[in-house]
Amino acid sequence: MMKISTTLLSRAAALSLNRSTKLSSYFPNHHIHNQHLLPNNLVGPISCFWAHHSTTSANADGNLDKSPLPANLRQELMPRHVAIIMDGNGRWAAKRGHGPEVGHDAGVIAFIEVMGLCARWGIPVATFFVFSSENWRRTKAEVDFIMWRFQKMLEDELQNFIRQGIRIFTIGDTSLLPISLQEVLEHTKEATKHNTKTQVIFAVSYSGKNDIVQACQTFSKKVRNGVMEPNEVTENVIEKELETKVTSIPSPDLLIRTSGELRISNFLLWQLAYSEFYFCQTFWPDFGESQFIEALQCFQKRGRRFGKRI
Amino acid sequence: MTSHIKFQVKQLIRISYDFLLRCIFHILSVGPIPTHIAFIMDGNRRYARKNNIGLKDRYRPGFLALMSRVKHCYELGVKYITIFAFSLDNLRRQPEEIQRLMELLREKIEVFLENDGFIKKYGVRLYFVGNLTVLGEDIHAAANRLMEETANNTTTYLLVCVGYTSTYEMVHAFEESIHLGKENRIIELEDIEKQMYMSIAPKPDILIRSSGETRLSNFLLWQTEFSLLYCPSALWPELGLWHMVWALLNYQRHYAYFQKKMKN
Repeated sequence: MMKISTTLLSRAAALSLNRSTKLSSYFPNHHIHNQHLLPNNLVGPISCFWAHHSTTSANADGNLDKSPLPANLRQELMPRHVAIIMDGNGRWAAKRGHGPEVGHDAGVIAFIEVMGLCARWGIPVATFFVFSSENWRRTKAEVDFIMWRFQKMLEDELQNFIRQGIRIFTIGDTSLLPISLQEVLEHTKEATKHNTKTQVIFAVSYSGKNDIVQACQTFSKKVRNGVMEPNEVTENVIEKELETKVTSIPSPDLLIRTSGELRISNFLLWQLAYSEFYFCQTFWPDFGESQFIEALQCFQKRGRRFGKRI
Repeated sequence: MTSHIKFQVKQLIRISYDFLLRCIFHILSVGPIPTHIAFIMDGNRRYARKNNIGLKDRYRPGFLALMSRVKHCYELGVKYITIFAFSLDNLRRQPEEIQRLMELLREKIEVFLENDGFIKKYGVRLYFVGNLTVLGEDIHAAANRLMEETANNTTTYLLVCVGYTSTYEMVHAFEESIHLGKENRIIELEDIEKQMYMSIAPKPDILIRSSGETRLSNFLLWQTEFSLLYCPSALWPELGLWHMVWALLNYQRHYAYFQKKMKN
């Protein structure tokens, strides 16, 4: 009786929850252009019949110059670095009666779209939490599918990255990834290294804590070898040694997490010290241009003080 | 006669309210109760401006709100409470504002040292966490005395973060663990965690920031990797029991899903 009361109380309370209460739409806002064949070893246990291939966010005449911002966004208040936790693929698929692989597949489409928007709107850096160190605990079938789908996306979208001026970086322990994916990632990074419009960082097999620990290990070796003194290890020095040193703007201004989860989940722990957080109820496959604009509008209204008074 | 009836009515309302609260606490205690709640007490200045409170008394409503939070956490069965009292970033504020804050801190430490009724009632053990040299010698000494005097209490643990930022805490932990590295041992995550100021408490289950701002402001970055974040728009002195109940309901609602995710 008490358990039922608690459940009823919490469900009733959930009806008017957060500041941003975007309900996820039942149908994805994507167009099906082609059906892709799954690799043979993944056909059996997986029923993924929504293999999307979307054209890029480039417009029809191929003009890839920076697009003007939507009217309700101000250029001078745009974040310089956006970090995104792409959460909710599994629950999106479960709501439709499918396995998580369908959700991941639809999530890739949203991923490509948002990367394209970052390039179009000239956001200098965007970091995407593709796969966390905790995600290795998922079933082998799901992990294999995610790796395969991510690799496929990289192969399919490489020319679009180049056209959109996107330069790709990775952070995380990529040595744990399948060899073929590691090779494709290296090739993608190499092929896009001359692009200058937007830096897109894939956090793959990434842990914010391990990032900090590896920096500490680097400094402990330097101290042991007499190259530096312990008191030379300052906050700035550590920040420059974190994996986000690949970019000149390592700290996100804005973190977006979809699907209603209100946590950081071991993502960029150090770098998120002063970031604004935006949590929305939308599941990741349903996150598109209008949701991104809403997140950016919300960011632009905030007053950032960094601990002091303005 | 009329005033006697009014008094009786007030008593009745109070008794009914207390009874209702106890019922709610009993219902909540059926589900999981967080072990540790952390608070960022934001919005004191805006509250003072809204209610025409001068600089001298700006932080007093916030202190009263803190005492209420400790009381509610005690009644709900939450063992650890951490508050972000003074950040190293706050040193960039106006000197007179910093001074007012320090004076309030000194006053309240002395009150607790002289009259420990509140501390005894809720069995509070106090910790001051961070770079305590920012307090000045005398407040630092008083804080140390208060920590010693409450060292035997075990019901509620109140961690007051003063002179604290998470990145400073991590640098401090690195320096301590770097000394370990000199013995040719490779530093691991556990070595760093042991040297953290906050290693005296488990990780926060919920982090509550008042005033509607949704950011951590360099507070408990390491410890809140999996904490539930709750950012009500109420200013800190306006935060009440119902916000605590709401935070707890949210926590319970996410708990089962979160446990399942962690196991998988």
